Amino acid sequence: MSETKNILLVGVGGQGTILASKILAHVALGQGWDVKMSEIHGMAQRGGSVVTQVRIGTKVYSPIIEPGEADVLVAFEQLEAYRWIHTLRPDGTVIINDQKIAPLPVVAGAATYPETILDDIRAKVATAIVVPALSLATEAGNSKATNVVLMGVLASVMPDVPAESWQEALEANVPVRFLEVNRKAFAAGFACER
Amino acid sequence: MKVLMTGNEAIARGAYEYGVGVAAAYPGTPSTEILENIATYKEIPCQWSPNEKVALEVGIGAAIAGARTIVTMKHVGVNVAADPLLTVAYTGVRGGLVLVSADDPGMHSSQNEQDNRFYGPFAKIPVLEPSDSQEAKEMVGLALEMSETFDTPVILRITTRIAHSRSLVTLNEPVERTAKPYSKDAKKYVMIPAYGRARRLFIEERDQKLGAFSETCPVNRIEAGSEPNGVGILTSGIAYSYVKEAFPQAPVLRVGLTHPIPKQLITDWAQGFNHVIVVEELEPYLENQLRAMGLPVLGKPFFPPFGELSVQSVQAGVQAALASRGVAIAIPETNVPAPFTAPMRPPVLCPGCPHRGVFYVLKQLKAVVSGDIGCYTLGTMAPLDGIDTCICMGASISGALGMEKAHPEMANRIVAVIGDSTFLHSGVTGLMDIVYNGGTSTVMILDNSITAMTGHQHHPGTGQTLMGDPAPMVDYEALVRALGVKRVVEVDPLDIKQVKAVLKEEMAVREPSVIIARRPCALRVKNDRPLIVENCKGCRACIGVGCPALSMDPATRKAVVDATLCTGCGVCARVCMFDCFRPGGE
Ligand SMILES: Cc1ncc(C[n+]2csc(CCOP(=O)(O)OP(=O)(O)O)c2C)c(N)n1
Repeated sequence: MSETKNILLVGVGGQGTILASKILAHVALGQGWDVKMSEIHGMAQRGGSVVTQVRIGTKVYSPIIEPGEADVLVAFEQLEAYRWIHTLRPDGTVIINDQKIAPLPVVAGAATYPETILDDIRAKVATAIVVPALSLATEAGNSKATNVVLMGVLASVMPDVPAESWQEALEANVPVRFLEVNRKAFAAGFACER
Repeated sequence: MKVLMTGNEAIARGAYEYGVGVAAAYPGTPSTEILENIATYKEIPCQWSPNEKVALEVGIGAAIAGARTIVTMKHVGVNVAADPLLTVAYTGVRGGLVLVSADDPGMHSSQNEQDNRFYGPFAKIPVLEPSDSQEAKEMVGLALEMSETFDTPVILRITTRIAHSRSLVTLNEPVERTAKPYSKDAKKYVMIPAYGRARRLFIEERDQKLGAFSETCPVNRIEAGSEPNGVGILTSGIAYSYVKEAFPQAPVLRVGLTHPIPKQLITDWAQGFNHVIVVEELEPYLENQLRAMGLPVLGKPFFPPFGELSVQSVQAGVQAALASRGVAIAIPETNVPAPFTAPMRPPVLCPGCPHRGVFYVLKQLKAVVSGDIGCYTLGTMAPLDGIDTCICMGASISGALGMEKAHPEMANRIVAVIGDSTFLHSGVTGLMDIVYNGGTSTVMILDNSITAMTGHQHHPGTGQTLMGDPAPMVDYEALVRALGVKRVVEVDPLDIKQVKAVLKEEMAVREPSVIIARRPCALRVKNDRPLIVENCKGCRACIGVGCPALSMDPATRKAVVDATLCTGCGVCARVCMFDCFRPGGE
């Protein structure tokens, strides 16, 4: 791998972005790459925006992805995709879970949830992949596996990485009793229509 | 073996590998996970103390007694611990003593962004700054060695991006964990003025020796490079990684021991360049020292003195700095598309949070709320808007007394709110002051029986220690009665009718009163049955409690409950004007 690859995972507290980033890091390390990751979770235990940055390369110094430098943006929620889309390179890929979670200002009536998120994003970026990750996870047997569905989609846009590496990473990071559901969720994400 | 570790995990690993025998802390982002990880190494006695001053004093006792010791805290915690810190700087130690200060540039989760490197020259003790997790681990070892060799406490200063970023760490076997034998040495450890003066001289000698050590200390590292304009970059901490990313070829002096700095090494190195640029996050701490040494360096005007740096701000800063000397360099173009304007997603009180109803009532009663720090500080957000002030831990109670002294006519509206962990941290003395100095304010202790904000750490009121052992629990009622408070009431914060009635009565009374609102943190009890809404009339009263599990369906204009989030706490049901909420099924 000559150039550093930047993958940004964004979502809402409680959606499992950190587990997803650990799976991704495991995969990268398995390929013998250098990895740096940075996690910032807002003040509350839940409900705030969460951002996890993963940088993979031969030698990586900074743990931070600069605006306009993300190769892949994985958004666990529509509004978070909207908020962070400017971090994507012009030729980058965004993967969006089509789930919507209204933030408090919207609930309280002080702001409105933008209606045209997906169209606006499609008009702006080279590749936008929108998937119903929550329903795919529910079909696979557990709505909590939404994060792993999204890792399946991510795997499908990283063709250099052998499939076994992802399976190993799942085994290493997911408790045994949830492994089967997560394997299914991953496969659903990998194969889903887009 | 190499593993991916956060800086905090790496520091804990360092404590394990380099023979730490005692660890103490008070939680605080971004430092908290250090002690939580040390607790996974069963051979190290470790503990949460009630506050940072106590934690450091425990550490000082352990180090004087002969154990290698680590004490960790967030940057503002060092202010709380500054008193013992500035005098253990005199006594020195027997076993190595490392104080980890976790600073938070950008204020991701803090009330300020002070630069704690200044504690080094202030206390005249060494400061080490790692640039990644591997170094964070190794610097624990270096700090312990320096501490013992030079007879001084050592600050290991990290920032959020070091604490919470993961990079590869090589694991080694631990050294033997033994405490040195204790022997009395009053002239060294009893800081009466006569002995203190002698130690004051020792400090000056020590400073000289540390200065000489710094010249050859391997963490002050020169990296050769080539740059056509004769530019050299001096940097430290996380900024080093941005510099390497922005200018991979440039010659760099990475200062790892940032107090005392290696003056000769820097002077000699700087000779080789036309332009020396200092790249450091927050204050011009290194820069000002270099200027005082007579070096015409470039620095802060070109880099922001607040917030976090980034690769792009380093590129732009270096370009602007050189432009000021008439040197033009090209940097990669950053054509960042303009972001969309998206509604904010502020952190919120969780569904079922026992704090919510209290703020709802305080707003109704138009109370002047002297606030404090914890999850409940989120009670300041709309729609609750329930807090007037928040300065530092403990300030709610003492601040309420000050407000009352300034405006006696406001006394019956002033309420201090404080969490259980914060009350034990530094609220007790404030309450003592209210009683002693004739205050009449009402104090609410929001007892969710855990330190929730920082991720659920135990404290002296929860009945359990960091190592998982059962512990006696502070009896708040007995404690506040012992301070002289005669009116003490306990309420269930979910029962907002009761909360309102009690608050009204206690606010009106012209003597100090304490209301203990007791209900465990909603994240620590199993989800109850979510509520359902029947025949909603669209009055929106429930929306006023600011619960993430509740929203208005834009199409039907009726309230909807998100059953995956709702805990069934019932605060919304109690404010509904038409009694539309019912317990749902399983
Ligand atoms: C001096 C200092 N130490 C630590 C912190 C970090 N911190 C913020 S709030 C808090 C404790 C909150 O616990 P509690 O008072 O029980 O309220 P809760 O979050 O449980 O509602 C801590 C440790 C801080 N802000 N200042």
